[in-house]
Formats: sequence, structure tokens, C-alpha cells
Amino acid sequence: MTSPELSTAFEQGGTPTGIPAKTTQDSRTRGGIGESTLRPDGTLKVTGEFAYSSDMWHEDMLWGQTLRSTVAHAEILSIDVSEALATPGVHAVMTYDDLPTGVRHYGLEIRDTPVLAHGKVRHHGEPVALVAADHPEIARRAAARIRVEYKELPIVTDEASATAPDAVLVHENRTDHYCAHVPHPNVLHRQPVIRGNAEQAARKADFVVRGEYRFGMQDQAFLGPESGLAVPEEDGGVHLHIATQWLHSDLRQMAPVLGLPPEKVRMTLAGVGGAFGGREDLSMQIHACLLALRTGRPVKIVYNRFESFFGHVHRHPAKLSYEHGATRDGRLTHVRARIVLDGGAYASASPAVVGNAASLGVGPYEVDHVDVEALALYTNNPPCGAMRGFGAVQACFAYEAQMDRLADAVGMDRVEFRRLNAMSQGSVMPTGQRVDSPAPVAELLRRVKEMPMPPERQWESSEGVDLRQLPGGLSNTTHGEGVVRGVGYAVGIKNVGFSEGFDDYSTAKVRMEVVAREPVVTVHTAMAEVGQGGVTVQAQIARTELGVTRVAIHPADTRVGSAGSTSASRQTYVTGGAVKHACELVRERVLEIGRRRFGSRHPGWATAGLLLEGGKVVTDGGEVLADLVDVVRDEVVEVEEEWRHRPTEPFDPRTGQGNGHVQYSFAAHRAVVEVDTELGLVKVIELACAQDVGRALNPLSVTGQIQGGTTQGLGIAVMEEIVVDPRTAKVRNPSFTDYLIPTILDTPTIPVDVLELADDHAPYGLRGVGEAPTLSSTPAVLAAIRDATGLELNRTPVRPEHLTGTA
Amino acid sequence: MRVNLTVNGRPQQADDVWEGESLLYVLRERLGLPGSKNACEQGECGSCTVLLDGVPVCSCLVAAGQAEGREVVTVEGLADHAGRRAGGTGARTGEGAGLAPIQQAFIDAGAVQCGFCTPGLLVAADEMLERNPDPTDEDIREALSGNLCRCTGYEKIMDAVRLAAARQSEGGRA
Repeated sequence: MTSPELSTAFEQGGTPTGIPAKTTQDSRTRGGIGESTLRPDGTLKVTGEFAYSSDMWHEDMLWGQTLRSTVAHAEILSIDVSEALATPGVHAVMTYDDLPTGVRHYGLEIRDTPVLAHGKVRHHGEPVALVAADHPEIARRAAARIRVEYKELPIVTDEASATAPDAVLVHENRTDHYCAHVPHPNVLHRQPVIRGNAEQAARKADFVVRGEYRFGMQDQAFLGPESGLAVPEEDGGVHLHIATQWLHSDLRQMAPVLGLPPEKVRMTLAGVGGAFGGREDLSMQIHACLLALRTGRPVKIVYNRFESFFGHVHRHPAKLSYEHGATRDGRLTHVRARIVLDGGAYASASPAVVGNAASLGVGPYEVDHVDVEALALYTNNPPCGAMRGFGAVQACFAYEAQMDRLADAVGMDRVEFRRLNAMSQGSVMPTGQRVDSPAPVAELLRRVKEMPMPPERQWESSEGVDLRQLPGGLSNTTHGEGVVRGVGYAVGIKNVGFSEGFDDYSTAKVRMEVVAREPVVTVHTAMAEVGQGGVTVQAQIARTELGVTRVAIHPADTRVGSAGSTSASRQTYVTGGAVKHACELVRERVLEIGRRRFGSRHPGWATAGLLLEGGKVVTDGGEVLADLVDVVRDEVVEVEEEWRHRPTEPFDPRTGQGNGHVQYSFAAHRAVVEVDTELGLVKVIELACAQDVGRALNPLSVTGQIQGGTTQGLGIAVMEEIVVDPRTAKVRNPSFTDYLIPTILDTPTIPVDVLELADDHAPYGLRGVGEAPTLSSTPAVLAAIRDATGLELNRTPVRPEHLTGTA
Repeated sequence: MRVNLTVNGRPQQADDVWEGESLLYVLRERLGLPGSKNACEQGECGSCTVLLDGVPVCSCLVAAGQAEGREVVTVEGLADHAGRRAGGTGARTGEGAGLAPIQQAFIDAGAVQCGFCTPGLLVAADEMLERNPDPTDEDIREALSGNLCRCTGYEKIMDAVRLAAARQSEGGRA
């Protein structure tokens, strides 16, 4: 079975198969940036040998189980664990009272989340107790024997109930640094962004449209469940093999709760089955370590899908109110917006989500007069936090609906209206930040509009009707009658990297040595590979910078400095930047060695701009000075360095002004849908995307990111929503039976047009890719459904009852 | 209880199996074959797909006892399974040696991201190509509609299946 000790380094050598290399010169390094090299972990993943966190196994290991609250808001009057503890095969039962230190809360930014509930639960599914047993079923049954006596409390579930004068407080006695400037203790954070004078500008508008929009709660629905294996170590510490997005962030939150110094909590990244933001917060990390330290045995915890829906935060549901104005000639006069995000019971990443929603709430448009307010509530609903798109998604859904309506009011083509108002390089954001790299918003819209349209009535052929291409599919609900086609467009803007003054760095350790007469480079970072292909790109960067063929990617762990989070579309930029930087330092040292050894033999060694290419040291004119193997010989050249992008600033708490973001990322979509208007069934026929990626380090991976992000946007448009009962704040659909994500039948072809306009501030000119396509996909699909049906449709996801008037 | 079954051509015996255990659990936790994945354990995602007497099933929905005396093929045995079907006609060459054509195609087409859905998709796609060597796009979508993928948007998976089908038909002609 898979032993954690067997986690192997990936190695990728030689010219990859399948995709022809762009570089044809023999002297050049193969497999560098810009090529579609193949994943180094690909073979392990297709043979079933890749060890995901839920595959971990250890001799003598126990299985951990979490008991979760069955009610949303209650006092805990008593917990009786005696029957559970007496169950044969049970080795430990733990509650809040068993926690080893006084630090009993954790959190990404605000430590407001109890490791185990203490005296109170604030949402449905909150962890209350832990069990470790010989078999997962014994652990489950023992957990069910723990008697918890709840006294239910009133709940708050939306802005009206949460901010009522007599509202029950989700967190009493707040001391976090947001509480001083919020209008109510159940408002976690509020961020206005004010530029110009929207009230005055509104008077000059010839056309004004106002709309109220609602965005449902989306689940990341990564397929690999929360899981990991905690192994107690001889020095009293613990080694956790874990699927996460950020090892060092987990470690920082875990160590004080475990009562261990950070160096005694060792973290190794296990295989990660997707993330999409849902692994930014802790889930079972502390719980598994607590049980391992308590029992002295390795403990594995694997959530099932039901528990996974309670085990991570979700995308914030939102209520958004917008007012847009335009002049007769189609110029935006002003935007006023209010975005209310439901943060649920604990803070998670909500403050940063608020910052994004506020600062990006107008979209990629030139508007001089802006008055935006975004806020997140504390409620008794499930906690919400990071998910792909992070606050920019909800706003894009609303402002793009508004742009369509305003274009119609002005009497302009919807795409041309957007292009007329599109921001570009040099534009000033509502935050006052000047956009100082390409912002080809109008060009992306033009490109996506000019893509060829899919053929009409594509379900018909000489052989008859192919039901599978119709709304309703093989349910045989229509042969084309009542089916109407619609087309919709949208564009969005997303920030790349952590914003608002966060010290957003990464660390890379790069080593060059000669192995078997060949130069070999090892790259070691703590970057969480969650599927995005960061390991592929790291090897490409090392090849480009150091001119070698063989690059080994060391498993990610905490023996190297932090890489920051695999989120915010940032890892290729920031950890890629760190790898590039460390490689440059390694190259300098290699050249120093070369000059020492051979400098007197050839004047070329004294020239600037020496390169490492194709395993050789070459001048910038291409003259070969030496083989790397002869330069490096038996030396090991190793560098570990941190790397930072340029700093950002916090937003002013009253005006939202500040250079808050590192980089902006843009994508545009065109959706073509067919709607069975009688049954309210939607089939998305095509979802075309154009995106600027600055520089595609790996075109195959870039396309995969865009198609994957697009599909998650499709999901929230027509099917995905965690349904929370407003009377009880309980989750009603925690399963893949009732929470639907797009299947291959629901997903259309996704043609992608990639634009590469370099950002001079970023490594290789690259632009973060992963999130932007998740923004515009949803409003494009909604616009297409509106186009087909003529309905207003101001909430997402759209369900059949919204299309048939039976809601 | 004790369960006897053949997995990837090899007779296997699992002891002390609790009656409520699934075939998936026995494969993963008792027989050292964690390649079949545990994404939903309720038959919705297809990541645990295996062949049971040649038929693709969600192994999470098969009680371990139901597999008594039967033949199971998992992703770990897929290359051998496809190789036997090809009859050693030289369909596997070069860097892809040791992989089934569908496995190599998933790598080459970029159909693997996080990879958690991959084992189930490979078993399902290989079985479809066995039945239908020249599938239309709609055939592929129908055959793989029980396998959820959250990363790729399925486009590269479509590419991979088309690629495997094309390579298979080239191999057949050669």
C-alpha cells in the first residue's frame, strides 16, 4: 500500500512526447518556457500510483472521525462521550476540554474558529468531537454514540436579520481589527470605494438602469476529499501528510493549538485532488494531529462527500444592488453598487473577498464616478471564504447584466457598448490605481465575437435527430420543438496575487549538480500542486534559465520556506518568479566557477550576458565556452531565496483608494445556449473564451485552466447551488446527488483564443490565468438565456422554474 | 468474512472484511490498490469505476461480498488488460510502453490536471473504445457522462479519447 515514505520526486527529462517542441535549433534547450511540455506527474496519475492524501497508509494506523453539530446555532449544555469511549476498537474520544493548550481557535486572518466547539455552535456541521478507532465504520458508529445536548438559539441568516437592532450576535466581544469600523457587530468587514461624485454624475445620465441580483452559494466540489495522515514522531512532534493549498499557512495555525514549536510540526504535501479555494482553510489538519498525539498512533482522516460539504468554506452567496448611468452617446456616467456577501459563521477569507468585490465591483470599464460598498455578514449560515474568482465572480454576474440592460436602453449593440467603455492600459481603477500593463478588454471582446458561430439545428442530420444534442438529452423531451437559441457576451476583471499590502512572497531552493555525466537541476518549493500544473512550469523555468534537460521537482514540504498559497492565480507568477530568481543566482555561481576554471583560456568568459543553453555555457553570440559538466564537476551549487512581486497598499477604509492590486487579468466569453422554453431546460451549445495571459509558459496547461474555469462558471449559471434552509440554516443538499456539477454532457465545446501581451512587471511577462475565465462565463450564459427567453433572470443559478414561470 | 476474487488477473483473498464494506474499500484499504478513487462513495462521480466481469461499475456501490468469485480490473491493471485485448500486436511502443493507449492519450492531450477523476475515466473510456472503436463526440459524451471531472472542463478529455481512438485505428490498420 501507499506508504508516506514512498512519496517520490517527479522527474521530467528529454523531449516530451505528443506535442512538437517550438524550438527547433539543436543547440537550444528543449522543454523550456513557452512549450507544451507534459506533466511530470502524468504517468503516476494515469497508472493509479500517484499517492493522494486519501491514499496514505501506515502500519498500525487508526481512523479518525469528526462529530458535527446537527443544528445551526445552539448552546451546548452537555457532551457525554462515555458510550463512545467504551466502544470496542475505539482508542480516543476528544472534545474541547481535551485540547492541549490555551490556543483553541484558528483562522486564516482572524482566529475566530474553534478547533472543537466550546459551549456553543454557530453553524450546521460545526466540529464538536473527535474519535479515533481501528476501522472507519467503528469510528463513525462511536461518534454517533456521543450524546450532545443542545439548547437552540435564534438564528440570523441574511442582512435584515443579522443587522436588526435586537439581532443575536454571532460573535460577542469581537476584538478583530475590522470591528471598529463596521456598522453592526454582525458585519464582519465593510469596504467602500468612492471615486469622483456619483451623485452629481447621475444627474447627467440620459439613461439609468437599476437592478437587484442574487448569487447562490457555490461549492468548490474538488473531487479528492479532505484527508490526510498524521504520524507521531519520536521527538514528540508530528508529521502530517496533507492535501492543502498552503503548507506554511496550515502550519502557522496548527502549531500553537498542538502546543508544539513549528519545527516539530512537519508537513509534506500529499497528492491533492483539486482545490479551487476550498483547501485554503484548515479542515482535518489539527484534528488528525490531535488524535495522533493523543493515541501515539498514526491517524488517517478521510471525509466522505457528505462531510466534505461541511468540511470546507464555500463561495459567498451575494445580494447585489446596482445603478448604472450612461449618456446618449453610450458613455458610462457613473456606477453605484452595494454588494452584500454572506460570510456565514466564521471569518475565513471574507475580509479579502470584500476587498475584491469592492475594488473590482465596477468591472473592466472606464468610469469616473463610482460609489461602491461591499460588506460581509456574520450569520449562522455555513462559513464562506475562498473560491476561484474570490469576490470578483459575484460582482461580474451583476455588472455584466447591467451592461446589457444599459446597452439596450441606449440602443447600442451590447458588445460595442462594452468596447466603447472598456478600460485599457493607463486607465484608472475606482481605487485610483493606474493600470500600468496591457488591459486588452475591447480586443478580447472583438476576438470572442468574431469566432465562428456553431451551426444551427446541429442536432439534425441525415440520420435524424440526435437527442443528446438537445435540451433534456436522452430524456427525449423534445425533438427541437419549443427550442430557442440565444447568444450572450460578458467580460471580467480579476486581480492576480494577494492584495492590499499583504507580503506575498515565495521561496525556491534550486540545486545544480552533475549526475552520471549530466547536469541535473533539482527544484524544491513548498508550492501546493493541486492540479494546475505548477510542477510542469517550474521544470520549464529551470530548463530555460539553466540550460539543462533533466529537472527533478522535489516533493513540497515545510523544510523549505513558504511558497504562499496556490490561489489568486498567483503561483506561476510568484513561485515561478522565485524559481526564476533562484535559477539566476545558481547561474551566476556556475559562471563564477567557470570563470575561475576557464576564464584565462577564452576572452568570452569576461563578457557580460553569458547564457546556459543546451547543457553548455555560451556567449550571447552563441559561441560555446564549456560544457556544464566540465564547469560544475563535483560541486553542488544550491541557492534558497525568497522572491517578492512589487508591493501593494491597503485600501483606505473610508474611500477605498490605494494601489491595492499587483496585476489584473481579463477574459471574455461568448455563450451560445438552446432553451426548451416549454420545460425550462437549458443546453449550453458553446462557450467561447478569449483571454490575455501575458505569456503562455505552457500553452496546453493554459488552455486547460481556461476551459476548467469556464466550466465552473457554467455550473453556477445553470445548476450549482448549496441550498440552505432559511428557517433552520441547515444545508439541504450535501451530496453529488443533490448538488449538481457539470457532467461531460452538460459541458459544451470551449474554443479558446489566447492573447499574449506581456506585462513588463511580471516574470516573462506572464499574467495569472486560473480565475478570470470563471468570472465572465456565468454572466455570458445568463445573457444567452435572457436572449433566448426574453426573461429578466436576476439570480443565478437559473433553474427550470425560473424559465417557465413556475418558481 | 473472507472474500476471494480475481483482481487484474491475480487471485486475491481479503480476510476480516466487515459485511458493510464496499468493493472500493477492499481494493483500496485491504488489497493495496488505491488507484480507484473515493470522491463521493455514493455512485455519482464515477471516480471508483472498475470492470466487474468486464462491465464498468462504481465499485463504491458494490458490496465486497458481491465480488466473491468474480473478475475485477482496476486502473492498475488497465495497461495489461488493454494489452491482452490488442493481442500484443505492437500497439504499445516507445515512451508509452507499459501504458494502455488511453492512458498515454490522457497524458499527451493534457487531460490530467489534479487527476482524481482520471482512473475512473480511463476505465470507462477504455471500455467504450473496446465496444465502439470509432465513437462520435456524442458517443464519447454519453459513455463518460457518469464520470465527473472538476478541473478540465472535459475538453482535453474529449481530445484524449479521440486521440486514443485515432491511434487505435492506425494501429489496427498497420
